[in-house]
Amino acid sequence: MKYLYYPGCSLEGTALEYNSSTRTFMQELGAELIELEDWTCCGASAAEATSHLLSLALPALVLAKAENMDGVKEILVPCSACYLNLKKVEEKIRKDRELLDQINIILAEEKLNLRGQMKVRHLLDVVANDVGSKKIFARVKKPLTDLIIAPYYGCQCLRPYSIFDDPEDPCSMEGIIKASGANIHQWNMGGRCCGASHMTTKPEVALELVAAILKMARGADAIVTVCPMCQMNLEAYQKKISGMCKEDLSMPILYLPQFLGLALGLSEQDLRLDMNLSFTKAFRNKVLS
Amino acid sequence: MNPLEKLESEQKSETAPALVIDSLASIRDMVSACIQCGTCTGSCPNAFAMDLTPRQLWYNVLRGEKETIFHSKTFSLCSVCYYCTLRCPRGLPLTEAMSALKQIAAKENLAPYKKSTRFYKSFLESVYRHGRVREMELMTLYFISMKNPFLPLQFAPLGIKLMGKGKISFEIPSKGNGALKAIFRKVEELEQN
Ligand code: SF4
Ligand code: SF4
Repeated sequence: MKYLYYPGCSLEGTALEYNSSTRTFMQELGAELIELEDWTCCGASAAEATSHLLSLALPALVLAKAENMDGVKEILVPCSACYLNLKKVEEKIRKDRELLDQINIILAEEKLNLRGQMKVRHLLDVVANDVGSKKIFARVKKPLTDLIIAPYYGCQCLRPYSIFDDPEDPCSMEGIIKASGANIHQWNMGGRCCGASHMTTKPEVALELVAAILKMARGADAIVTVCPMCQMNLEAYQKKISGMCKEDLSMPILYLPQFLGLALGLSEQDLRLDMNLSFTKAFRNKVLS
Repeated sequence: MNPLEKLESEQKSETAPALVIDSLASIRDMVSACIQCGTCTGSCPNAFAMDLTPRQLWYNVLRGEKETIFHSKTFSLCSVCYYCTLRCPRGLPLTEAMSALKQIAAKENLAPYKKSTRFYKSFLESVYRHGRVREMELMTLYFISMKNPFLPLQFAPLGIKLMGKGKISFEIPSKGNGALKAIFRKVEELEQN
């Protein structure tokens, strides 16, 4: 297993722990990640909200750089927003030659040319399908049998392209979470929207969406996520939301490789659990005792 | 010109100018097969906060009611979850159509949407300067562009939490090396033609 690795901007800032836990976890399972040299921003949701062409040019630039790296044909992306931006270019240029030509006129400014040879893979897709639950199960050192976990997928790794899961009723996390020994919290909020960047510009709306998710997670020991934006929205406003709803809705939120890493016996330092905003003492005692 | 400079130099318009009509035509094409079934509305997690439901918005797009459309908050409340796109029985690219409306609001710098527009442009400004977004710089640029001295206070509790974790550090916005200047310029040039 060898992949190009595109961390994206969040994983160098507010989602540092997603970056280190992904690297540690994948290395433990024998996968090689080669970071894309000199990578640039995919445009996140900002480019799409201001210029259609820019929203394709920025991820295309990333993919063109990726194609120039020898020997690797798949690019692994842990952030769902980055994943969708890159995937969108992969999908669109396959069907639209004219668009590819137009993109290449722009990329020529950087002396680059996109051919469309790179396959974009989400971390969840790779962990669920290339690594797989059997391999994870075989490596578990610390079965987390006491835990009930709510898998949270968010939007952009599921929709609009249904590549590796059912966009209406996702389940790709279930097998790998069960492999750790943990149980699945049955709920129908796994694919719901966390409000994304509304949390900054329209917090009153995003807080409602997150409140609904946290309420339905009651009964679980933790929620597991696969996107920096979902993670931030679910974990950073729990106090405010609890106040708003007049009930304690606090809940540990972990990135998928952090959670699976715990079962594999990886160290707290490597998984950077110290960086989570919602890693409670009670949960800590349960998993690290 | 870089994203924020452009924002400053543009006239702030209250209502939709003539140019909007043109771009609206391409959005009308995107939703022309709409049968007004309401599946998009029923699927939208943000519908509760919208003044026009998504179905009503598409109705107004079909009729070219630009005054109604650009006084409504609806498209700016789309959080790009793709549920409507997935479920629309006519298979219409609805999320893309929502984004196309946001693009008009950003290009024309329409007053009702200035909060979102300034946030997106602050983001792109940071990308334009450094090639990657610097989260702290983005927030600083956003606060400056909003010209609201109380806005940073809203974000202070989170900022302090994140700084305590070493996830962000205080950063004075810098000019950077204009890493993506050429790309931004070319995109702008192509869009004007
Ligand atoms: S789901 Fe599609 S067809 Fe139905 S109202 Fe919405 S846009 Fe129209
Ligand atoms: S993509 Fe936008 S408009 Fe469509 S359902 Fe999601 S939030 Fe609503």
